Amino acid sequence: MAPKSKKAKNAKKAKNADNSKTPKDADKGGKGDRGQAAAARKPARELLFGDLWEFDPAPESADPRIEESYGLFINGRFSAPKSRKHFTSVSPRDGAALSRIASAGKADVNAAYLAAARAFAKWSQLPGRERGKFLFRIARLLQDRSREFAVAETLDGGKPIKESRDFDLPMAAAHFFYHAGWADKLDYLAPGRRCEPLGVVGQVIPWNFPLLMLAWKLAPALAAGNTVVLKPAETTSITALKFASILQDAGLPPGVVNIVTGAGDTGAEVVNHPKAAKVAFTGSTEVGKLIQRSLAGSGKRLTLELGGKAANIVFADAPLDQAVEGIVNGIFFNQGHVCCAGSRLLVQESIAGLIVDKLRDRLAVLRVGDPLDKNTDVGAINSGEQLDKIRELVQSGIDEGAEIHQPKCRLPEKGWYFPPTLFSGVTQSHRIAREEIFGPVLSILTFRTPAEAIEKANNTAYGLSAGVWTDKGSRILKMAAELKAGVVWANTYNRFDPSSPFGGYKESGFGREGGKHGLLDYLKLG
Amino acid sequence: MIQRPALLRLLDEVGTVDAVGVEERAAKFATRSIKRESKRFGLRLAASMVDLTTLEGKDTPGKVASLCRKALRAHDTVEVPPVAAVCVYPTMVRAAVGALAGSSVRVASVATAFPSGQAPIKSRLAEVKAAVADGADEIDMVIQRGAFLAGDLVRVRDEIERVRDACGEATLKVILETGELETYDNIRAASFLAMRVLRPGDFIKTSTGKTSANATLANHQVMIEAIRDHYLASGTEIAMKPAGGIRNAKEALHFLVAVKETLGDAWLNNRRYRFGASSLLNDLVRQLVKQETGAYQAPWNFTENAGGY
Repeated sequence: MAPKSKKAKNAKKAKNADNSKTPKDADKGGKGDRGQAAAARKPARELLFGDLWEFDPAPESADPRIEESYGLFINGRFSAPKSRKHFTSVSPRDGAALSRIASAGKADVNAAYLAAARAFAKWSQLPGRERGKFLFRIARLLQDRSREFAVAETLDGGKPIKESRDFDLPMAAAHFFYHAGWADKLDYLAPGRRCEPLGVVGQVIPWNFPLLMLAWKLAPALAAGNTVVLKPAETTSITALKFASILQDAGLPPGVVNIVTGAGDTGAEVVNHPKAAKVAFTGSTEVGKLIQRSLAGSGKRLTLELGGKAANIVFADAPLDQAVEGIVNGIFFNQGHVCCAGSRLLVQESIAGLIVDKLRDRLAVLRVGDPLDKNTDVGAINSGEQLDKIRELVQSGIDEGAEIHQPKCRLPEKGWYFPPTLFSGVTQSHRIAREEIFGPVLSILTFRTPAEAIEKANNTAYGLSAGVWTDKGSRILKMAAELKAGVVWANTYNRFDPSSPFGGYKESGFGREGGKHGLLDYLKLG
Repeated sequence: MIQRPALLRLLDEVGTVDAVGVEERAAKFATRSIKRESKRFGLRLAASMVDLTTLEGKDTPGKVASLCRKALRAHDTVEVPPVAAVCVYPTMVRAAVGALAGSSVRVASVATAFPSGQAPIKSRLAEVKAAVADGADEIDMVIQRGAFLAGDLVRVRDEIERVRDACGEATLKVILETGELETYDNIRAASFLAMRVLRPGDFIKTSTGKTSANATLANHQVMIEAIRDHYLASGTEIAMKPAGGIRNAKEALHFLVAVKETLGDAWLNNRRYRFGASSLLNDLVRQLVKQETGAYQAPWNFTENAGGY
């Protein structure tokens, strides 16, 4: 790394320049424009991201068709909860009430399991090609109504319409298409072995990608011949309930999929029900541990996809502008409500100052605001509770002495919003480097050698994902082999595909979703 | 001592580009939704940035004069700012100068054996001087792509320098012909090669419009990021001109969004940014009329395209 030493100097100068101290040999340093860009940065050379050309609001106008009230979807139809309890789902966009949602109690969850158990006999015996037809039909119906679902997802969860329209919906449909193709080819999944479905599967999904997580869970379970009791997250139940109408339109036999809504108590009923052959959970590590404890000795299968504190590692030889884009995508995608978010940026020391400068310029043009606006890049924080948690952790970062950078941006008055935030000068011992923030907050750490990068990246209780940015192919392979993370992205971040297994190490959980590996987690091999 | 090839040395200094990443970034500009007043502003801004071009073997002084009238007044009823320049072959410079006298519209001339650049340097320089002597305010030159791809970066740079000197007061636009450089690394390197000998206000330009691959949002992005990095490093403001293939207003607005979000407001004017195009102006005007009247007008309501690219 010898030739990079010049950049090290320059990077330091950049910091000095920011503090408006004049470095002694300001103009002598490297000839490299990369280095110079940072070194020579003076106020006169700031880029001007002003209001010369402001964009008018461009709200998405498709009708989300959200009903005033939703019951529980059990045995192929909506019914009022036996618990007689309801709760209100509000939009994080402006705090407005969207719908009244049923809260399932013990008796309701039991009814769902009974319906699923009844449906299992027939559904599991259906030829694979017939199950495949249902899945293809579901995928196509979802595509047909994708704009309507995208608006509903954005209203309910707060994510920008751009993301629900261009990512969540297409990916959800893609998962159904992919697994539809597997349904009649299960015999080829594990050559020489016989695959059999498990039975009734209890699934509990999180609020960050409500419909997509539903697709990740339902598609493989159904392709494998299982029946399902699914509980969406309390704050984001609407698209799951809308999805029930797609199941009805697709003519899916009653009881194959049952959707029960509610808070943590309902989730506990779903997880602990004696008829569950397998439990699949995506959510916090804290709850995952509770589930694992309560399932111990029950003989139920379990897969957990939990938290993360991913390292996104940028070497000095990386294509920097694309790395910056990947860093931004890694942490600000979905307001940072992503379990595999690249929340710890590990950047080689020699380019640290330059990367921070580039990130600040990039943040200046991120558009934060109304998630329904087609130009919004960062939308609303999912709930007031989550916003409080983000604020608390950001305050801890400030208290522990990290340097905070936030762009100037006007946040809407109503609703829950948080500006994109960078912390530089973070060390491994800062809380913001250890705890999952699950918000638009990036902690920037530095390293000098590949070995140090690996050590720091693996120095966490989590192990879901990681990113490596370098022009050197051999280094990518070495890093990927040594990083203890379920997914390692090279020169990109947050890329997904139904055929690619996703899941974690250590406290990020176990089991895989997507690809052959994900499907095998819904089958027993004979 | 082993000398690394010149291109690699240059890339060591200025950094490389990842193709997947830059195309992903470029695609995001095209998802911006420009509505109402911001659309009107963008359309007018784009019109004021057009280098209205005719580069045909069949060009005549009469056709150039017609183009110049269009450059000054693109439509009868809707208020459209005059374009930035009219761009012609050297033999047509006098005709354009005469037609545009006293207006704000500048006369640009391609030179240096456009579009191939395959002529002796002496005759290329003579061509530049002749065009300037005839009154051209701006010269659009092509680089020696063959020399660049062969690794003779010194020759490419020296020639740009000599053409710059031959320009005198005239503004220089250096056409990289991105379609022939092919890789994003090459485009970034060539941008820096040119910018390091250019004066503030000189341009780098994507293409001649005479090859199949023209300006795309991705190669445009590589070039404006190079301009940004060069500016932050040296303080020199180089201007940008995408050319070829930008035929409709929507595309032009996406290019301007990329400029707004990469270079910032200081580049959103026709001293720092141009569109090399012939048919774009008609679509900009058509959209402006639509904004005013609420209806799209028939194509025969606009003067004929100039042809060419």
